[in-house]
Amino acid sequence: MADQATFAADAMQYAPQLYSGALRMTRNKSDAEDLVQETYLKAYRSYHSFTEGTNLRAWLFRIMTNTFINSYRSKQRRPDESELGDVEDLYLYKNLGALQDSSIGRSAEESLMEMLPDDEVKQALEDLPDNFRLPVILADVEGFAYKEIAEMLDIPIGTVMSRLHRGRKAMQKALHDFALARGLVVAQETS
Amino acid sequence: MADPTSDGTDDAVTVRDCNETLRELDVFLDGELSDDQQAAIRHHLDGCMDCLGAFDFHAELKLVVRQKCNNDEMPSDLLSKIEMCFGDDLDGDGHIG
Repeated sequence: MADQATFAADAMQYAPQLYSGALRMTRNKSDAEDLVQETYLKAYRSYHSFTEGTNLRAWLFRIMTNTFINSYRSKQRRPDESELGDVEDLYLYKNLGALQDSSIGRSAEESLMEMLPDDEVKQALEDLPDNFRLPVILADVEGFAYKEIAEMLDIPIGTVMSRLHRGRKAMQKALHDFALARGLVVAQETS
Repeated sequence: MADPTSDGTDDAVTVRDCNETLRELDVFLDGELSDDQQAAIRHHLDGCMDCLGAFDFHAELKLVVRQKCNNDEMPSDLLSKIEMCFGDDLDGDGHIG
């Protein structure tokens, strides 16, 4: 049983990570701030039920994910999963990574880190429908295990895996579309 | 039933083809495969530059997503706003204020 008196000392260190996660979930700064505050208030009030020695960061993210689903998601109208088109496996790799011979494509020296601007990567993630965005945020940004994500979202591990797979592919398609729009890559190599 | 022509050196590692290997790309990079399954993937990657290229690309992409989606600057007053609420007279409804 955790002591409420040590809550701030124990938990506030995770605020920057929670804030980034909240921004990706809510897609705007004002809601993200509210979501983080509400998460900390709920966590503070129920800290006595936190089992010391277990993963505090995962516990906080679980509270934040639940709060987002219950209080914020309903405010937004976003396309549901039926509108997430089917994207070929290895989409970005086939369209970008394999263009190493082309002068326009990715050279061996040019890393994805340099090719893909921060705001485009964030946008590609934030454009995903909730059902896909939440697993991708929790796995790829926050690094939680399938089992932890399944518990946070209250869905089976198999569903976590399939949503991750489809969500990541849709993100790759979006990143490629952004790169096309910038003229970074051409639609079809002509060399 | 054992193949009498096999030399037996691959007994511990299931030999996988490219399709089987690529199907496990996500789960491998997520670190969610068993030790045996990981070893089988590594075994294939050791001898297959095509699959290795795809795995390297996605490992790098995963890193890019993590770094670029996790670098937002938190508003400077957020921490103090939160800490101000601790110990205050809270109404218990789970909402701020």
